[in-house]
Amino acid sequence: MAAESTSNGERLKQGAPGGGGFFQTAIGRFSARNWALIFLFIMIVIFSLGSSGFFDIVNFQNIIHLSTGAFLLAAAELLVVITGGIDLSIGYVYGLSSVLGAKVMQILYAGGAGGAGSMPVWQVIALGCLAALSVSILPGLANGVLVTRFRVPPFIATMGMWGICNGITLFLADGFMPVMGAPSEINAIGNSYFLYIDPSKSISFFAKPSYITQANIRSVLRLVPNSLFLSLAVLLVLGFVLGRTRFGKHTYAIGGSMDAAIRSGINVNRHLVMIYVIASFVSGVAGLFNLFQTGIGNYTPSGANYELMAVAAVVIGGASLTGGKGRILGTAVGVLVLAVLENGLQIIGVSAFYRYIGVGVLLTIAVIIDRAFPDLF
Amino acid sequence: MAHLLEAKNITKRFGGLTAVDNVSFHVDEGEVVALVGDNGAGKSTLIKIISGVHKPDEGEIFLNGQEIHIDSPIDAISHGIETIYQDLALAENMDVPSNIFLGRERTKKILGFVNVVDYEHMSSESRKVLDRLDIRIPSLKSNIRNLSGGQRQAVAISRSIYWNAKVLIMDEPTAALGISEQKKVLELVSSLRKQGIAIIIISHQMYDVFSVADRIIVMRRGIKAGERLVKDTSTEEIVSLIVGAESVEKRSQ
Repeated sequence: MAAESTSNGERLKQGAPGGGGFFQTAIGRFSARNWALIFLFIMIVIFSLGSSGFFDIVNFQNIIHLSTGAFLLAAAELLVVITGGIDLSIGYVYGLSSVLGAKVMQILYAGGAGGAGSMPVWQVIALGCLAALSVSILPGLANGVLVTRFRVPPFIATMGMWGICNGITLFLADGFMPVMGAPSEINAIGNSYFLYIDPSKSISFFAKPSYITQANIRSVLRLVPNSLFLSLAVLLVLGFVLGRTRFGKHTYAIGGSMDAAIRSGINVNRHLVMIYVIASFVSGVAGLFNLFQTGIGNYTPSGANYELMAVAAVVIGGASLTGGKGRILGTAVGVLVLAVLENGLQIIGVSAFYRYIGVGVLLTIAVIIDRAFPDLF
Repeated sequence: MAHLLEAKNITKRFGGLTAVDNVSFHVDEGEVVALVGDNGAGKSTLIKIISGVHKPDEGEIFLNGQEIHIDSPIDAISHGIETIYQDLALAENMDVPSNIFLGRERTKKILGFVNVVDYEHMSSESRKVLDRLDIRIPSLKSNIRNLSGGQRQAVAISRSIYWNAKVLIMDEPTAALGISEQKKVLELVSSLRKQGIAIIIISHQMYDVFSVADRIIVMRRGIKAGERLVKDTSTEEIVSLIVGAESVEKRSQ
């Protein structure tokens, strides 16, 4: 049956309005597939030439460190988007986890500090984490049950959780107040680097040399923030699950054809519930790590649009909101594109408003490329 | 000798409507039976009873002489009764092996404890089953979306065959295809018959029916209006059975 096969070349010709000959060449296909990566490199070159502060290992690590939440949220969003859904609640699950973790640590730490039988600090931290992580599963469970059992469209189901999580967070945070009072040891975990090199004297791992104070910390070369380990771990695990396991195959199958998935015996409802739970849990991990980075429980400000930025990163990274398509690696590139755009514009002194314009333009390009080349990823 | 699949006195009612009324039929190994009839004649309902979508109100189903109970599509599949519906139920965003093994992926262990999908095994098994059916698909890695209608049909058939279908039910297999693709699907049906698979085809196309079927069962308003061996009948006779003999007689007067 080879004769009737529609070759990729023909498909591209039909599908790419004005694509011309270029996009049928190997280089053309490569650049269409990796446009976000190419754009990322071009941005790095432009920002490096445009300012002396951008091309710097400290700045690059800063970008990575500050993008931890974005990496995790985008990875969470990708799982849901591949199944053909969308999760609008992850941004507020993020805030809920951060604030709840901080609140639990605050109460335990204040109650036990100095007093007889006081709770060890590690126990305070562990209980705070446990509370934050276990609660962050619940919005996902609710989303999954609403989507599967009650046939609520994902947009609406997760929008409900968006509101509920926001409300609970603000209740816990006594209105718009960051939650202070967690043990300061958490900062040491969240903000440390793997390697500290004092060029003249010493090398140490995971903690700065004791003779260095916060004031002269910049004289030490710090390499590989702990946050990078977390981001890499989450991205690698989810990438592995999506790419290599049955769970991943089923995720793509559900997004590609719900009907085919059901008829091939996949327990689609159970699978979708698990997807929403994992997405919610990963968002909770991200929020908890935000607490470790900042030392305070931060509610998600209204207008932060974390969930929409996650959707943007996922789409720039080659996923399609119609489902069935998208990879972790692409999503990571999407996050970096947005992060470098923000950081670079700040450093060269362009108004932050342009960032929103940039995101809008990039999203449009992403969708046009997705439509024009349905088989690239 | 017992028939491979035999349905006896099947009746199915939907409220006041009797969709299938006391119909019996059978199909043997290596035999192609065509099920024809006008829209609403009860063909699809009968097929859905065999494939486990509907439960019959009355009647029995036998496989190799043994009575079987088909309560769900999974039951039917576990008895080796596979159904290929018109929409094929393929995941268009995935490649050929992933579709043939959809929901039943082969895995292997890595690092001693992690189960990963064994793509190489699935790929070589897919190649084997496609070769066995003489289906040519240039690259197994192409997504279903990039295949022609006939190739998709072939992938859906291969999936059923790979999972040891003994009875293959095909609902309008050529309906959405171009002329040359139709021919290839019919060739594929013939080659399946040679391999001993029992095939039930629903079709509106008299040409298809007469080119591949051994036997034709005509349904009309829920009853079996007639059953003919292809070699003993003609298009005219089948059409007259489909529309109802009276109207044909009237026209000829």
